Amino acid sequence: MDLISLIDVKNVWKSYNGIAVLKGLTLTIPKSAVTVILGRSGVGKSVLLKQILGLETPDNGQIEVNGKDLETLSPKERAELTNLMGMLFQHSALFDSMNIEENVAFALRAHNIEGDIEQKVATALDDVGLSGYQKKLTSELSGGQKRRIALARLLIYEPEILLFDEPTAGLDPITGDQIISLIYETQKKLQATSVIVTHDIQLALKVGNYFALHDEGVIKAYGDRNSFFSDSNQLVQEFISHSTLPPHLLPKLGGKT
Amino acid sequence: MIFQKFILNPTSNWLSGIGRYTVMVASVLRLSLSKRPKWSLLVPHLYEIGVRSLPLICLTGLATGMVLSAQSFFQLSDKGLTGVTGIMVAKSMLVEIGPILTSFMITGRVGASICAELGSMKVTEQVDAMVSMGVRPLEYLVVPRYLSMAIMMPVLTIFSSACGIFGGWLLATQLYEMTSQTFLDPISVYLTNYDIISNFVKSWLFGLLVVSIACYKGFHTKGGAAGVGRSTTSCVVISYCAILGINFLLTIILNDIYWIIYGFN
Repeated sequence: MDLISLIDVKNVWKSYNGIAVLKGLTLTIPKSAVTVILGRSGVGKSVLLKQILGLETPDNGQIEVNGKDLETLSPKERAELTNLMGMLFQHSALFDSMNIEENVAFALRAHNIEGDIEQKVATALDDVGLSGYQKKLTSELSGGQKRRIALARLLIYEPEILLFDEPTAGLDPITGDQIISLIYETQKKLQATSVIVTHDIQLALKVGNYFALHDEGVIKAYGDRNSFFSDSNQLVQEFISHSTLPPHLLPKLGGKT
Repeated sequence: MIFQKFILNPTSNWLSGIGRYTVMVASVLRLSLSKRPKWSLLVPHLYEIGVRSLPLICLTGLATGMVLSAQSFFQLSDKGLTGVTGIMVAKSMLVEIGPILTSFMITGRVGASICAELGSMKVTEQVDAMVSMGVRPLEYLVVPRYLSMAIMMPVLTIFSSACGIFGGWLLATQLYEMTSQTFLDPISVYLTNYDIISNFVKSWLFGLLVVSIACYKGFHTKGGAAGVGRSTTSCVVISYCAILGINFLLTIILNDIYWIIYGFN
């Protein structure tokens, strides 16, 4: 299967207050596949997603999406490119001044998208298993419900590139599993290009097609399911050792590529 | 090392802050002129800034007008000048105290609230979420607030000034037994259109100052809940200082313009 690269991160550097978080990171994200970026907490995985989305700019290096360098785009071109992407934030980032219906319909209304918005919201909420939550406030929801609403808000405008920032962080294992299943179903339905940053090996194994290990500001290991999990990198092996599944079964798990 | 830590770095941060503030104000003004915001975005802010601030503005205007009247009467009675009480209250309320008092009240009630709301949205990634959905936060969050403030601030200031004059008249006629004619006649003679223009110009600029500082500080909030608190405090303090500084400059400029137009008579 020929892989078409959709996002190219080339030698990206980023520092905060003189401390380098990304140190010449290079990564290729293939089209219509799920790439999981594994790494310990605090290594700058979320920073990388924000760079891809254009929320932050690299100090050095290039990020190309669809062959277009983000730095060289005009604001209008950049906005058009951003419209192709959607991100699920680590803490859901729901608008707390709005109810659930307004949150989920936000992008549609902001872009004056026509059609039966109420019906679309109802369908999106149904997809994430929260039918009838339209009039609830975000403060009335649990962490897992917030994450699902954020997912519904992301999916309602069907972006071509989905970015997930620690989608299961802070959730109990059962709710985490529900979120993982939703991500898996979504990917299957939209055939989107997904990038998931996480330290949750269970999530990675269930949905990932390609894997990258982010450590010390660079990608230390990269590959498809078979090549990645047979990598001798110590951190990769440590991640595998934290899986609840026997290591020798890991490469055989998916086969979704 | 000490020079860099205590002088160079703070000065450089302050200057870059001024630069970012200027860029943000310029971007918002450009957006305000290029694209009319939706009514559905504007109306809640018009209501919050205008209608919900009105009782506070009227009450503080009324109280200040009464104090001005009492002080004018008390300070001038032994000099036989109580007849100027009305015009003193009216001129003070319209030209100076009305705009300053209203902008101070709006800073505390609206500016702090805008800064805290935007700051909280910033630290909880709600602003980033908006960007990720292709919505420009300046256009969606800031422009409606700027426009609402630009519309409502002069209106509120006129209410504050009117309540102040009314309070002054009430006190002078009820407590000091001054006749309405004595209080009001000098006002009709000496109050000029220029005083009303000054009131409008000052209130409008103070309104834009308050909202721009609040939005800037809110959008540059860092560091969680504590950061929101720091931003809000800093927004209020900077707004008060900026209003007083700009008021001084405006007073000099407006007086000079008056002299250029009408001469010294």
